[in-house]
Amino acid sequence: MNNLELKKTANEVRKGIVTAVHSAKAGHPGGSLSAADIYTYLYFEEMNIDPKNPKMEERDRFVLSKGHTAPGLYSALANRGFFPVEDLKTLRKLGSYLQGHPSMQYIPGVDMSSGSLGQGISAAVGMALGAKMDNRDVRVYTLLGDGEIEEGQVWEASMFAGHRKLDNLVVIVDNNGLQIDGPVSEVCSPYPIDKKFEAFNFHVINVDAHDFDAIRAAFKEARETKGMPTAIIAHSLKGKGVSFMEGSVAWHGTAPNDEQYAVAMADLEKIGEELDKEVEA
Amino acid sequence: MADVKKIATRESYGNALVELGAEYPNLVVLDADLAAATKTGVFKKAYPERHIDCGIAECNMTGIAAGLATMGKIPFVSSFAMFAAGRAFEQVRNSIGYPHLNVKIGATHAGITVGEDGASHQCNEDIALMRTIPGMVVMCPADDVEAKAAVRAAVEHEGPVYIRFGRAACPVINDNPEYKFEIGKGTVVREGSDVTIVATGICVGSALEAAEMLAAEGISAEVINICTIKPLDEEIIINSAKKTGKVVTAEEHSVIGGLGSAVCDALSASYPVPVKKIGMQDVFGESGSAAALVEKYKLDGKGICEQVKDFLK
Repeated sequence: MNNLELKKTANEVRKGIVTAVHSAKAGHPGGSLSAADIYTYLYFEEMNIDPKNPKMEERDRFVLSKGHTAPGLYSALANRGFFPVEDLKTLRKLGSYLQGHPSMQYIPGVDMSSGSLGQGISAAVGMALGAKMDNRDVRVYTLLGDGEIEEGQVWEASMFAGHRKLDNLVVIVDNNGLQIDGPVSEVCSPYPIDKKFEAFNFHVINVDAHDFDAIRAAFKEARETKGMPTAIIAHSLKGKGVSFMEGSVAWHGTAPNDEQYAVAMADLEKIGEELDKEVEA
Repeated sequence: MADVKKIATRESYGNALVELGAEYPNLVVLDADLAAATKTGVFKKAYPERHIDCGIAECNMTGIAAGLATMGKIPFVSSFAMFAAGRAFEQVRNSIGYPHLNVKIGATHAGITVGEDGASHQCNEDIALMRTIPGMVVMCPADDVEAKAAVRAAVEHEGPVYIRFGRAACPVINDNPEYKFEIGKGTVVREGSDVTIVATGICVGSALEAAEMLAAEGISAEVINICTIKPLDEEIIINSAKKTGKVVTAEEHSVIGGLGSAVCDALSASYPVPVKKIGMQDVFGESGSAAALVEKYKLDGKGICEQVKDFLK
């Protein structure tokens, strides 16, 4: 996909996020929207996957360690064809397979159940190790929140990944700067994030999480990095794409009401219309 | 029983892994810097490329095992019960139990027979913790023969399994040609008519000693060995309760949430009879030799015998 196609797709992913959370009347739009471009790049460009064969043996794996941003993952999976986009409206409802947090048992395309922060990265490390042990050409990606990295288990997993030189592993930190209780810098600062991963023997790339040229270059660099895992610190804007959610901690775990939903969708429609006018250079 | 062969079940664990490692090339063993103590060192020596030392980080080890299981491995997570079930409880629950992954947890140094290390390392809560996780099989073998059989059964079973092993040598009681093991099946190891003693782990040996002492005083005790605490062989317990009308449970674990509670759950639903729960009576352990602790906390033959007699008064 070229950048324009990726941008258009990411905009559709964002619409799916807002629609799902609005329908559920609960969920986490802020961190889903901040990572929408990353989800889009992974599922439409980077990863070796097949929506028609979600359990394909040699597929690349993705673990959403920051599991509360499931609406982002679900919307990317739905738009990629793993299940109907229409089903996003069943998010969090009784009887729906779209559980509040990712469940690998119920949802096509979900490689690991997650939601309890700090645990997904360990599972991703186990997958990367398992692939290495059998010389399988499988790459493993895991997305963490910047608040999530306050969990000690993240650093246990990072120490192991660095020690074992798991160069088939890419850890992405969605650095939107906000967690429930406020800015991460004020709650319990994880900064400097890049230096920490460097100290754990990762190759570290800082990237603008909303610039597909930068994202493309970062994942290419990760692929070319041998002998160590890569950490991509994705500098993002929480709530990206929805005017009143951008940069606001209030939208970490709150659903828009009908009025707010209309505004949010109008924002995204407008972005879509502008993208339609663009011509890929 | 002084002349009986004694082997610690943690030794059995390591030996079983070596044997199964030859049959199952996808079997891998994880440790958290305790391979020498969990006795998985023998597996490490035999299959160094399939032994993964995670360092002192049990929560991460548990998650790594989950990831390995999704890649087709059969991981055995090894640590002391305190850390495998205690520290990493939530990782076991959310990363292994909830997705129902094929991970086996080999927890050694369970209960007070850890001995000298004291209460911080004597886990009397692991059975209670593990049995609350949906889909988790929980086993507590009584001796070397049963421990090896349980490890094999765990490999053959698809899904999460927790197996509890001890640090101290304990008598081999199942060394007979008729011995058969099946997950979820208990065994009547001694028949009797006055009282039923349902025991698990090292308390099976103690219960058999107690039954011998009770017989000398004219009390006929039936002894049931329950290795699989979940799923529990309710039928064997209820049938015995119908015969004796009185049940005693014996375990090297808290009386809260362990075998005793599981047996009470089964009996209260189907055939309520008076039950006496022998075990750690809502207290922490302490430092001392395994033998001295087992005596003090009345989990040896004499201690169980006395408590059964009190119960029957």
